[in-house]
Amino acid sequence: MAELLRTHPLEAWATAFERLPDTVGTTVEPFVAMVDVRLGALGPEVSAALGVDLPTAVNTWVPTDSGWAVWLGPDEWLLSSTAETPEEFEARVRSAVLPLGGAAVDVSAQRIGLRLTGARVRDVLARGCAIDLHPRVFGRGSSAQTTLGLAGVVLLGLSDTGDDYLLLVRSSFAGYLADWLLDAALEFTPTHKS
Amino acid sequence: MQLIECPWCGLREEVEFYYGGQAHVAYPEDPAGLSDEEWAHYVFFRDNPKGRFAERWSHSAGCRRWFNAIRDTATYRFERVYRLDDPKPVIP
Repeated sequence: MAELLRTHPLEAWATAFERLPDTVGTTVEPFVAMVDVRLGALGPEVSAALGVDLPTAVNTWVPTDSGWAVWLGPDEWLLSSTAETPEEFEARVRSAVLPLGGAAVDVSAQRIGLRLTGARVRDVLARGCAIDLHPRVFGRGSSAQTTLGLAGVVLLGLSDTGDDYLLLVRSSFAGYLADWLLDAALEFTPTHKS
Repeated sequence: MQLIECPWCGLREEVEFYYGGQAHVAYPEDPAGLSDEEWAHYVFFRDNPKGRFAERWSHSAGCRRWFNAIRDTATYRFERVYRLDDPKPVIP
Protein backbone atom coordinates (compact mmCIF):
# COMPACT_ATOMS: atom_id res chain seq x y z
CA MET A 1 0.00 0.00 0.00
CA ALA A 2 1.27 3.41 -0.90
CA GLU A 3 2.59 5.39 1.98
CA LEU A 4 0.94 8.76 2.44
CA LEU A 5 3.51 11.51 2.51
CA ARG A 6 2.38 14.68 4.20
CA THR A 7 4.59 17.41 2.89
CA HIS A 8 4.08 21.07 3.55
CA PRO A 9 3.31 23.21 0.50
CA LEU A 10 6.02 25.66 1.58
CA GLU A 11 8.75 23.13 2.34
CA ALA A 12 10.79 24.33 -0.62
CA TRP A 13 10.75 27.92 0.69
CA ALA A 14 11.92 27.12 4.22
CA THR A 15 15.59 27.90 3.54
CA ALA A 16 14.77 31.16 1.81
CA PHE A 17 12.61 32.24 4.76
CA GLU A 18 15.42 31.33 7.18
CA ARG A 19 17.80 33.67 5.35
CA LEU A 20 15.52 36.67 5.87
CA PRO A 21 16.66 39.15 8.53
CA ASP A 22 14.70 39.45 11.79
CA THR A 23 13.10 42.73 10.69
CA VAL A 24 11.10 40.83 8.07
CA GLY A 25 10.94 37.47 9.83
CA THR A 26 8.74 34.96 8.04
CA THR A 27 8.06 31.51 9.42
CA VAL A 28 5.73 28.77 8.30
CA GLU A 29 3.22 27.83 10.96
CA PRO A 30 2.57 24.16 11.68
CA PHE A 31 -0.68 22.63 10.48
CA VAL A 32 -3.66 23.31 12.74
CA ALA A 33 -7.19 21.98 12.72
CA MET A 34 -9.63 24.58 11.35
CA VAL A 35 -13.40 24.55 11.22
CA ASP A 36 -15.70 26.93 9.38
CA VAL A 37 -18.85 27.67 11.36
CA ARG A 38 -22.10 29.01 9.92
CA LEU A 39 -24.62 30.07 12.52
CA GLY A 40 -27.51 32.50 12.27
CA ALA A 41 -27.99 33.75 15.79
CA LEU A 42 -25.53 33.74 18.65
CA GLY A 43 -26.59 33.17 22.21
CA PRO A 44 -25.18 32.19 25.58
CA GLU A 45 -25.78 28.51 24.71
CA VAL A 46 -23.32 28.80 21.81
CA SER A 47 -20.62 30.25 24.05
CA ALA A 48 -21.27 27.54 26.62
CA ALA A 49 -21.11 24.74 24.07
CA LEU A 50 -18.02 26.04 22.28
CA GLY A 51 -16.22 27.44 25.30
CA VAL A 52 -15.65 30.75 23.54
CA ASP A 53 -17.63 33.90 22.82
CA LEU A 54 -17.57 34.06 19.03
CA PRO A 55 -16.60 37.60 17.98
CA THR A 56 -19.52 39.65 16.72
CA ALA A 57 -17.52 42.78 15.94
CA VAL A 58 -16.67 43.07 12.26
CA ASN A 59 -13.11 42.10 11.28
CA THR A 60 -11.91 40.87 14.64
CA TRP A 61 -10.57 37.66 16.13
CA VAL A 62 -10.42 36.35 19.69
CA PRO A 63 -8.09 33.77 21.25
CA THR A 64 -9.60 30.47 22.35
CA ASP A 65 -8.24 27.78 24.67
CA SER A 66 -6.20 26.16 21.90
CA GLY A 67 -6.33 28.54 18.96
CA TRP A 68 -8.40 31.45 17.69
CA ALA A 69 -11.85 32.32 16.38
CA VAL A 70 -12.04 34.75 13.46
CA TRP A 71 -15.05 36.73 12.27
CA LEU A 72 -15.50 35.92 8.57
CA GLY A 73 -18.99 37.30 8.05
CA PRO A 74 -22.16 38.19 9.95
CA ASP A 75 -23.00 34.48 10.25
CA GLU A 76 -19.62 32.86 9.62
CA TRP A 77 -16.54 32.18 11.73
CA LEU A 78 -13.24 30.35 11.36
CA LEU A 79 -12.09 28.42 14.41
CA SER A 80 -8.73 26.76 14.96
CA SER A 81 -7.44 24.23 17.44
CA THR A 82 -4.04 22.77 18.12
CA ALA A 83 -5.39 20.40 20.77
CA GLU A 84 -7.48 18.12 18.58
CA THR A 85 -7.31 16.33 15.26
CA PRO A 86 -9.37 17.97 12.50
CA GLU A 87 -11.92 15.15 12.74
CA GLU A 88 -12.33 15.52 16.51
CA PHE A 89 -12.51 19.30 16.28
CA GLU A 90 -15.13 19.22 13.52
CA ALA A 91 -17.21 16.70 15.47
CA ARG A 92 -17.05 18.75 18.66
CA VAL A 93 -17.96 22.05 17.02
CA ARG A 94 -20.64 20.42 14.87
CA SER A 95 -22.34 18.84 17.89
CA ALA A 96 -22.33 22.28 19.53
CA VAL A 97 -23.87 24.26 16.65
CA LEU A 98 -26.03 21.65 14.90
CA PRO A 99 -28.88 21.76 17.48
CA LEU A 100 -28.97 25.55 17.01
CA GLY A 101 -29.42 25.28 13.25
CA GLY A 102 -25.77 25.93 12.44
CA ALA A 103 -23.18 24.04 10.43
CA ALA A 104 -19.52 23.23 10.93
CA VAL A 105 -17.14 22.02 8.24
CA ASP A 106 -13.54 20.91 8.56
CA VAL A 107 -11.43 23.27 6.44
CA SER A 108 -8.04 22.36 7.91
CA ALA A 109 -6.61 21.58 4.50
CA GLN A 110 -7.80 24.84 2.98
CA ARG A 111 -5.42 27.34 4.49
CA ILE A 112 -1.93 27.33 5.90
CA GLY A 113 -0.45 29.93 8.22
CA LEU A 114 2.54 32.20 7.82
CA ARG A 115 3.80 34.14 10.81
CA LEU A 116 5.27 37.53 9.99
CA THR A 117 7.31 39.18 12.72
CA GLY A 118 9.63 42.15 12.75
CA ALA A 119 9.75 45.90 12.55
CA ARG A 120 9.48 45.94 8.74
CA VAL A 121 6.79 43.35 8.03
CA ARG A 122 4.15 46.07 7.94
CA ASP A 123 6.06 47.69 5.06
CA VAL A 124 6.26 44.32 3.30
CA LEU A 125 2.51 43.81 3.63
CA ALA A 126 1.87 47.36 2.45
CA ARG A 127 3.47 46.45 -0.89
CA GLY A 128 0.39 44.49 -1.84
CA CYS A 129 -2.40 45.23 0.58
CA ALA A 130 -4.40 48.45 0.69
CA ILE A 131 -5.70 47.98 4.22
CA ASP A 132 -4.43 50.40 6.85
CA LEU A 133 -2.28 48.18 9.06
CA HIS A 134 -1.12 50.88 11.45
CA PRO A 135 -1.38 49.45 14.98
CA ARG A 136 -3.65 52.39 15.89
CA VAL A 137 -6.39 50.80 13.76
CA PHE A 138 -5.11 47.24 13.22
CA GLY A 139 -3.78 46.03 16.55
CA ARG A 140 -4.07 42.74 18.38
CA GLY A 141 -7.53 41.33 17.83
CA SER A 142 -8.01 42.83 14.36
CA SER A 143 -8.51 40.67 11.34
CA ALA A 144 -9.13 41.25 7.65
CA GLN A 145 -10.07 39.17 4.67
CA THR A 146 -8.49 40.82 1.71
CA THR A 147 -6.03 40.30 -1.11
CA LEU A 148 -2.26 40.37 -0.72
CA GLY A 149 -0.68 40.61 -4.11
CA LEU A 150 -3.16 38.57 -6.10
CA ALA A 151 -3.90 35.98 -3.42
CA GLY A 152 -6.87 36.06 -1.08
CA VAL A 153 -5.72 35.99 2.54
CA VAL A 154 -7.01 36.23 6.07
CA LEU A 155 -4.77 38.53 8.07
CA LEU A 156 -4.74 38.52 11.87
CA GLY A 157 -3.07 41.24 13.90
CA LEU A 158 -1.20 39.66 16.82
CA SER A 159 0.38 42.68 18.45
CA ASP A 160 -0.41 46.28 19.31
CA THR A 161 2.95 47.43 17.98
CA GLY A 162 2.40 46.43 14.35
CA ASP A 163 5.22 43.88 14.16
CA ASP A 164 3.44 40.55 14.47
CA TYR A 165 0.89 39.15 12.02
CA LEU A 166 -0.56 35.78 11.13
CA LEU A 167 -1.32 35.31 7.46
CA LEU A 168 -3.69 32.53 6.40
CA VAL A 169 -3.50 31.67 2.73
CA ARG A 170 -5.05 28.92 0.65
CA SER A 171 -2.57 26.09 0.21
CA SER A 172 -2.63 26.30 -3.58
CA PHE A 173 -1.73 30.00 -3.42
CA ALA A 174 0.97 29.50 -0.78
CA GLY A 175 3.83 29.11 -3.24
CA TYR A 176 2.83 32.23 -5.12
CA LEU A 177 2.48 34.20 -1.89
CA ALA A 178 5.82 32.92 -0.57
CA ASP A 179 7.54 34.13 -3.75
CA TRP A 180 5.65 37.41 -3.49
CA LEU A 181 6.68 37.90 0.17
CA LEU A 182 10.35 37.18 -0.59
CA ASP A 183 10.22 39.68 -3.44
CA ALA A 184 8.51 42.31 -1.30
CA ALA A 185 11.04 41.74 1.51
CA LEU A 186 13.99 42.11 -0.86
CA GLU A 187 14.62 45.77 -0.12
CA PHE A 188 14.83 45.03 3.60
CA THR A 189 17.24 42.14 3.03
CA PRO A 190 20.97 42.86 3.06
CA THR A 191 22.57 41.40 -0.04
CA HIS A 192 26.22 41.75 1.03
CA LYS A 193 27.81 40.11 4.02
CA SER A 194 30.22 42.57 5.64
CA MET B 1 -7.91 52.80 -7.15
CA GLN B 2 -11.52 53.47 -6.25
CA LEU B 3 -12.59 52.39 -2.80
CA ILE B 4 -16.03 50.84 -2.30
CA GLU B 5 -17.63 50.70 1.10
CA CYS B 6 -18.80 47.24 2.10
CA PRO B 7 -21.65 47.55 4.62
CA TRP B 8 -19.82 45.00 6.78
CA CYS B 9 -16.07 45.46 6.22
CA GLY B 10 -15.87 49.16 5.42
CA LEU B 11 -13.81 50.76 2.67
CA ARG B 12 -12.01 48.28 0.45
CA GLU B 13 -10.43 48.34 -2.97
CA GLU B 14 -12.66 48.01 -5.98
CA VAL B 15 -10.96 44.76 -7.15
CA GLU B 16 -12.30 42.96 -4.08
CA PHE B 17 -15.86 43.39 -5.35
CA TYR B 18 -18.01 41.64 -7.90
CA TYR B 19 -20.79 43.37 -9.82
CA GLY B 20 -24.23 41.79 -9.71
CA GLY B 21 -26.37 43.95 -11.97
CA GLN B 22 -29.55 45.81 -11.23
CA ALA B 23 -31.00 45.49 -7.74
CA HIS B 24 -34.63 45.17 -6.70
CA VAL B 25 -35.67 43.00 -9.66
CA ALA B 26 -38.57 41.12 -8.11
CA TYR B 27 -39.12 37.46 -8.93
CA PRO B 28 -42.44 36.97 -10.76
CA GLU B 29 -45.41 36.45 -8.46
CA ASP B 30 -46.82 33.69 -10.66
CA PRO B 31 -43.86 32.13 -12.54
CA ALA B 32 -45.96 29.42 -14.18
CA GLY B 33 -48.31 31.96 -15.71
CA LEU B 34 -45.63 33.95 -17.52
CA SER B 35 -45.38 33.95 -21.29
CA ASP B 36 -41.99 33.51 -22.97
CA GLU B 37 -41.87 37.21 -23.68
CA GLU B 38 -42.57 38.09 -20.05
CA TRP B 39 -39.87 35.64 -18.96
CA ALA B 40 -37.44 37.24 -21.37
CA HIS B 41 -38.25 40.63 -19.89
CA TYR B 42 -37.67 39.31 -16.39
CA VAL B 43 -34.42 37.48 -17.20
CA PHE B 44 -32.72 39.77 -19.71
CA PHE B 45 -34.21 43.26 -19.62
CA ARG B 46 -32.53 45.73 -17.28
CA ASP B 47 -32.61 49.47 -16.84
CA ASN B 48 -29.67 51.38 -18.22
CA PRO B 49 -29.94 54.85 -16.75
CA LYS B 50 -27.42 57.63 -16.94
CA GLY B 51 -27.19 58.70 -13.33
CA ARG B 52 -28.13 56.99 -10.11
CA PHE B 53 -28.69 53.25 -10.39
CA ALA B 54 -29.49 50.71 -7.65
CA GLU B 55 -27.11 47.78 -8.10
CA ARG B 56 -26.12 44.56 -6.40
CA TRP B 57 -22.51 44.11 -5.40
CA SER B 58 -20.67 41.31 -3.67
CA HIS B 59 -17.59 41.72 -1.52
CA SER B 60 -16.17 38.60 -3.11
CA ALA B 61 -12.58 38.84 -1.82
CA GLY B 62 -13.67 39.77 1.69
CA CYS B 63 -16.75 38.76 3.64
CA ARG B 64 -18.44 37.39 0.47
CA ARG B 65 -21.71 39.07 1.36
CA TRP B 66 -24.06 40.63 -1.19
CA PHE B 67 -25.25 44.16 -0.68
CA ASN B 68 -26.93 46.92 -2.64
CA ALA B 69 -25.49 50.23 -3.70
CA ILE B 70 -26.76 53.37 -5.35
CA ARG B 71 -24.12 54.29 -7.90
CA ASP B 72 -24.05 57.12 -10.36
CA THR B 73 -23.29 55.52 -13.72
CA ALA B 74 -22.05 58.80 -15.14
CA THR B 75 -19.57 59.69 -12.39
CA TYR B 76 -19.02 56.20 -10.91
CA ARG B 77 -19.66 57.74 -7.51
CA PHE B 78 -21.20 55.48 -4.87
CA GLU B 79 -23.96 57.55 -3.29
CA ARG B 80 -25.08 54.96 -0.77
CA VAL B 81 -24.49 51.34 0.20
CA TYR B 82 -27.08 49.35 2.12
CA ARG B 83 -27.75 45.78 3.16
CA LEU B 84 -30.07 43.49 1.23
CA ASP B 85 -32.79 43.63 3.87
CA ASP B 86 -32.77 47.42 3.99
CA PRO B 87 -35.29 49.29 1.85
CA LYS B 88 -34.07 51.19 -1.19
CA PRO B 89 -32.96 54.56 0.16
CA VAL B 90 -34.44 57.72 -1.21
CA ILE B 91 -31.72 60.18 -2.12
CA PRO B 92 -32.90 63.75 -2.65
